[in-house]
Amino acid sequence: MDNVTTYLPLLLQGLRMTLLLAVSTLVVGLALGMLLALAKLSRHAWLSRPVYAVTNFLRGIPEFLILLVIYFGGAQVLGPWGIEVGPFAAGLFALSIVFGAYASETFRAAFQSVPKGQIEAGRAYGFSGWQCFWLIQLPQIWKVAIPGLGNLWQGAVKDTALVSIVGLDDLMRKSNQAAQATREPFTFYFVASLMFLVITLVSMAVIALLERRARRGVPGG
Amino acid sequence: MQALWDILAENWRDLLAGTWLTVQLVAIAAILGFVLAVPVALARLSRSRLVSGAAAAYSLFFRGTPLLVQFFLIYFGLGQFGLVRASFLWPLLREAYVCALITLTLNTAAYSAEIVRGGILAVPKGEVEAARACGMSRLTAYRLVILPRAFSIVLPAYSNEVIILLKGTALASTITLMELMGQAQFISSNTYQPIQVFTIAGVIYYLLTLVISRIFAVLEKRYNRYIVSAR
Repeated sequence: MDNVTTYLPLLLQGLRMTLLLAVSTLVVGLALGMLLALAKLSRHAWLSRPVYAVTNFLRGIPEFLILLVIYFGGAQVLGPWGIEVGPFAAGLFALSIVFGAYASETFRAAFQSVPKGQIEAGRAYGFSGWQCFWLIQLPQIWKVAIPGLGNLWQGAVKDTALVSIVGLDDLMRKSNQAAQATREPFTFYFVASLMFLVITLVSMAVIALLERRARRGVPGG
Repeated sequence: MQALWDILAENWRDLLAGTWLTVQLVAIAAILGFVLAVPVALARLSRSRLVSGAAAAYSLFFRGTPLLVQFFLIYFGLGQFGLVRASFLWPLLREAYVCALITLTLNTAAYSAEIVRGGILAVPKGEVEAARACGMSRLTAYRLVILPRAFSIVLPAYSNEVIILLKGTALASTITLMELMGQAQFISSNTYQPIQVFTIAGVIYYLLTLVISRIFAVLEKRYNRYIVSAR
């Protein structure tokens, strides 16, 4: 227990890095997922087909593999030009494209759940395509999308642990250091897992709140 | 492109060995995980607060923490306790292979238990009542009606879970196991061609997910026959 109190500041430092990476992934991943969803819903097959193929492929391979390709592959491609790909950048890029690939499916389904008649009605009132998107579709997709996006967020938080393997100073790596220094691996991995559990539980509560908010005005919802 | 073929030609044996180990891990953990998931799901549905609470805590722990932490807890962590090191199981628990299987099984069982629980709750109430009215005991009703029905209901969701399990096996390389991902890392550090090597590994993983979906499509057809013939 003494060891835990000694190393707690170090672990909390790692926790901050973990949260920073997770939140950055959420922001970039949501934007990417939205763009990919719009590409999937495009009328042009030359745009939607390749996007489907790429996201299906990305969803079928391990996140860990994607991370290593970007980290080591980045060094292979950009190294000769003197550009260094750090663990944070590689982790953010890898986790964001995974998040984006899954989120594009969630967003696509959510957009398709908005009845077409509403958009036609909007157009009939003289709304532009952009206004239809911004004022009619976007406010309504959240009630369908939030449960799915919530799961993706939970997944992203847990996936940040992988980035410790390529050297990011996150909660996982700090726990490794503490575990090695004290020779109490179980203690420190257990403390790390409890911290992840707290993030999970807080996220669950926030997601439930957002879901309720997004369902305002839905009869019986 | 040339490099891709060269890498394949020189390392296909290692890649094949890695793929075979990955397939073993997935198959064994999927079967053991499912076997464990059924009692956990039943425990979750138990009227006893203690039993359902314990099952819920297990499920929350394994679903709410990263798989990587679970791997490290079991592989590096268990040795911290003298009791474990002194036990007759230690020669087994020291093995990365055994630890990987334990971790993957416990992890996938926690997710699968939620799926099975949903399946049991989705069995129409009338069928359960009919089974009881026919004079079946609770146990018999579970054995002959509820669980088989739940099984066919959960099959589609379970195929996704097995694909997630396949992706999880990639982490076994972090505890020294030379499965597909471990081999890929080894070959990539030998050839200095990470992009090509990981692309090959990615394609193999993708093909494995297709095989898993295919197996479940066949299983679904087999176990949901009665639905077609009832029409």
